[in-house]
Amino acid sequence: MITEIGHYALVLACALSVTQALVPLWGVWRKDEALMATAQPVAVMQFIFTAVAFAALTHAFVSSDFSLLNVVQNSHSQKPLIYKISGVWGNHEGSMLLWVLILALFGALVAVGSRAMPRDLSAAVLAVQAWVSAAFFIFILLTSNPFLRMAQPPIEGQDLNPILQDPGLAIHPPLLYLGYVGFSITFSFAAAALIVGRIDASWARYVRPWSLIAWIFLTLGIAMGSYWAYYTLGWGGFWFWDPVENASLMPWLAGTALLHTAAVMEKRDALKIWTIFLAILAFSLSLLGTFLVRSGVLTSVHSFANDPARGVFILAILVFFIGGSLALFAWRASSLRQGGIFAPVSREGALVINNLLLTTCCATVFVGTLYPLALEAFTGDKISVGAPFFNLTFGPLFVPLILLMPVGQMLAWKRGDLLGAAQRLVVAASVGLAAALIFSALQGGPVLSVLGVAFAAYLIIGSFVEVWGRITGPGVSLSVAWMRAIGLPRSAWGTAFAHAGLGVSLFGIAAIGWGVEVVHALRSGELVPLGRYELSIGALERRNGPNYDASVVPIDIREGGRVIAHIDPARRFYRARQMPTTEAGIVTLGLGQIYVSLSELNADGSIDARLYWKPYVALIWLGALFMALGGALSLSDRRLRIGVARRAQTVAQPAE
Amino acid sequence: MRSVLAALCFALCLSPAWAVEPGEILADPALEARARDISLELRCLVCQNQSIDDSHAELAKDLRLLVRERLKAGDSDAQVRDYLVSRYGDFILLKPPLRAGTVLLWGAPLIVLCLGALGLLMVARRKRPVEIAADLSDDEKKRLDQLLKS
Repeated sequence: MITEIGHYALVLACALSVTQALVPLWGVWRKDEALMATAQPVAVMQFIFTAVAFAALTHAFVSSDFSLLNVVQNSHSQKPLIYKISGVWGNHEGSMLLWVLILALFGALVAVGSRAMPRDLSAAVLAVQAWVSAAFFIFILLTSNPFLRMAQPPIEGQDLNPILQDPGLAIHPPLLYLGYVGFSITFSFAAAALIVGRIDASWARYVRPWSLIAWIFLTLGIAMGSYWAYYTLGWGGFWFWDPVENASLMPWLAGTALLHTAAVMEKRDALKIWTIFLAILAFSLSLLGTFLVRSGVLTSVHSFANDPARGVFILAILVFFIGGSLALFAWRASSLRQGGIFAPVSREGALVINNLLLTTCCATVFVGTLYPLALEAFTGDKISVGAPFFNLTFGPLFVPLILLMPVGQMLAWKRGDLLGAAQRLVVAASVGLAAALIFSALQGGPVLSVLGVAFAAYLIIGSFVEVWGRITGPGVSLSVAWMRAIGLPRSAWGTAFAHAGLGVSLFGIAAIGWGVEVVHALRSGELVPLGRYELSIGALERRNGPNYDASVVPIDIREGGRVIAHIDPARRFYRARQMPTTEAGIVTLGLGQIYVSLSELNADGSIDARLYWKPYVALIWLGALFMALGGALSLSDRRLRIGVARRAQTVAQPAE
Repeated sequence: MRSVLAALCFALCLSPAWAVEPGEILADPALEARARDISLELRCLVCQNQSIDDSHAELAKDLRLLVRERLKAGDSDAQVRDYLVSRYGDFILLKPPLRAGTVLLWGAPLIVLCLGALGLLMVARRKRPVEIAADLSDDEKKRLDQLLKS
């Protein structure tokens, strides 16, 4: 019964989204306030019904209702509760339901928070948002319905893929979806601006929090996914330039560009058309990623289930939204008034360069990901484009970006002083140089690592130079500096932290070159040296979990004869799916990690293993956290300002 | 979700063996280092988008052993690569070779960058028409003087 309620709620949500897609737009066209006003309550109801549907599916998973096909295929009664819950979105149908849930949630949030916006703009935004959600509701109901019953329910389910039975699944997809779907909001704002034909600094002010939210979640989602891949896949890499990863990187790059142009637009009323275009691009790339993964068009092993019908349906959605929005763009963009003028050397100018480089990066990833597909289609020629290509092309594009990031922060709006900015960055550059010298003396090793660390140190210091200059000065006491630091706009701190975060990540990536890797057959009782540590190998043990059998090799880590840590790398065998997995033994020592991953048991009782010492590796993900923190700081600033704008508007209303 | 799927892809390749096993490693560290560098740029043909160095598939293991055999036989890095390309085609190279069909691929970053820069220049020029008037020519100065005198 609960399942049927969920199914029915999903159909109702679909119907509501169609209403929301048409009625407010009709209202905008007829300039009818009453019709426009329907958008808000309908958006909220759409969210409530979607939430009911999602709750019903979750209930089916938690109670192991094996009359549902989806539950049978992806769950097992003995699975721990957390994986029963996260298993809801660990499959195609459920993950699409999560997608529309977040879509509806954001739609409802826009509806609730849109009172300060012009009526016609908010109606158009919600209508466009509803077009997107309607497309996905119809997609779910027609091709990926999670509520299908089985005529003859089995006694037990087939279990969730063991690789997905990990806390990572609980966190990673929701974060990533919050990011993708966040960009659907900026897309809706862009399309609405084109429909209404009005775009100004206040538009940018409404959009910016959404682009920030989307960017923060996407950053966290990508970082989380990267860490998850790092610890589950067992060979210690953190980024594989896999098409599936590229699919999430492209919207991130476009979204980062969007974030920066939205700032220009808000402060200076410039770069409007370009901002609109980026908003369309960021969401189009999110949709493209969905298509690539779901359709199986790239490399078929990536997706859970690739049904050609689904692929064609998503392709249709893709063509409709990208084609439609670009057509709207071509038709209406010329009518938008160009805004503020600025000199080439200025904050705006620097952000234009930033955009040029970021979009080129994005295009490089795009071409690299799709080129093999296109080449094969046109010439039948098969080539591979892998990590070496991306490292070679992406790296050189990122170098000028990193060099220019602190410079851009230092330049004033409208007209900047390049020489002055360079002078103020001398400190940062010296620190970078010093870092290069120190690390080449201490670690030696690959030139690229030394260079990377130098750039990272320059970027980290350079990111804070501007803030530092604003809070200190000759004769400024510590308490005054503290007061100034607190008094600075949060967005200034946000920029500093986000930029420095990239430097921190870069440091971690550069330090990979100093890692130690040992491939070795482990024997009980032996002592394996690894960098400055020694690993004392214990005897193989059996430790069985609720739905798997595990072989564990306990390892003590010693430094100078003293045991400082313990790890339990394991091989697991999941009974229901008859599938082995590897649980790497990882321990963080300082900022580095020891990483041991087991392989096959040999006939002589030894176990093949890969052992790594990875100095500073934690910085890769710590940097991403800093970036997200920077975004959050900026967001808290924005929210304040929107509040002020709303209060000012209330005051300005005539007395009745 | 994307990376979950990536994880899955790797999982599918992951079953029996493991990437670079202790038994495969060459005694000569210099030769082994070359073998690892070459392996990192060769694609595991049955997995997708994974190097044979990372892959656990049986085929990847065979290819790793093949690379090491050729190196031991005295082949240069390029000869090993050429040999594998002659057997499996360009598909095995994770870094596609530069030829007619891949010019656009390798050129893409530069082309996009240049087009973008060109576009920016054009927009900048259109936005700010040159307003600084040129100085008067000698003829014009004479005429001005005459006008002022008269």
